[in-house]
Amino acid sequence: MLSALNLISQNLDAYLVLSGILFAIGTFGFLARRNAISMLMSIELMLNAVNLAFISFGAFSYNGDARHAAQASTIALIVIASAAAEATVGLAIVIAIYRNKKTPLVDEYDAMSQ
Amino acid sequence: MTLPDTIPFLGFGWNDLLFLLFAAVMVAAALAVVLQRDIIRAGGAMIICFAALAGLYVIAGTPVVAATQVLVYIGAISVLVLFAIMLTQTKAAPRALVFQTQIVPAAIVSVVIALLIGLTVLATDWPKQVATQVAAAADLATTLFTDYTLPFEVVSVLLLAAVVGGVFLAKRERGEAE
Repeated sequence: MLSALNLISQNLDAYLVLSGILFAIGTFGFLARRNAISMLMSIELMLNAVNLAFISFGAFSYNGDARHAAQASTIALIVIASAAAEATVGLAIVIAIYRNKKTPLVDEYDAMSQ
Repeated sequence: MTLPDTIPFLGFGWNDLLFLLFAAVMVAAALAVVLQRDIIRAGGAMIICFAALAGLYVIAGTPVVAATQVLVYIGAISVLVLFAIMLTQTKAAPRALVFQTQIVPAAIVSVVIALLIGLTVLATDWPKQVATQVAAAADLATTLFTDYTLPFEVVSVLLLAAVVGGVFLAKRERGEAE
């Protein structure tokens, strides 16, 4: 049992399965939480899962080409910057809605159904 | 004093132990983010999750991305999220009903997604080679400023637009009485 865990950090499958689990947890949080900020936090989890997959693919490229790791790192850095921009605008929108509706719960944002 | 190559009694390397440790902490913290009823504690769990991910990036051989993860995610985004939580929490918000009524379909969908990704990954024959060398910061800089110059510049414009848009959205209207 324990010998199956040998060299697990040198195994691309482990990283990708971990990334998939993290993405699924983020999906669940986005679909199930009522609080808008919780939903934004779940989106951050999903973005991190994708980043982990990028980094893993870069680290485990064919014939160990170091340029692949550099390219994967570049894409990950750009994703992190986009996530920062997304968090800024998303949280500003939540605060602006909160100022009007006095609640952070998304199921009470029903202006479109009235 | 030097550490032995493999862990005594267990027989696998230190990297494997660290990988398992970081993976367990990351999954547990992510579950806490989506399941914790107290949203402030969910924010704290999110910081722990990002820190464990930075450790995984180091094990995967990309310390620059790990440093950026710590700086941007733990240093900036988490603080932003915690500020937003503190600005929007009211005593009136029900502490008990933190989940939508669609929690059961959401759980089914997320389990299906996890199984789908996991089975696809395990059924695919990925390359077994490992880039054992660490991705050097010089390589990363060369790639970022030669092949990826356009995305880099676009990201700078995007960040500027996000800053201006965030200020515009969050500021009070002139004459709005509060």
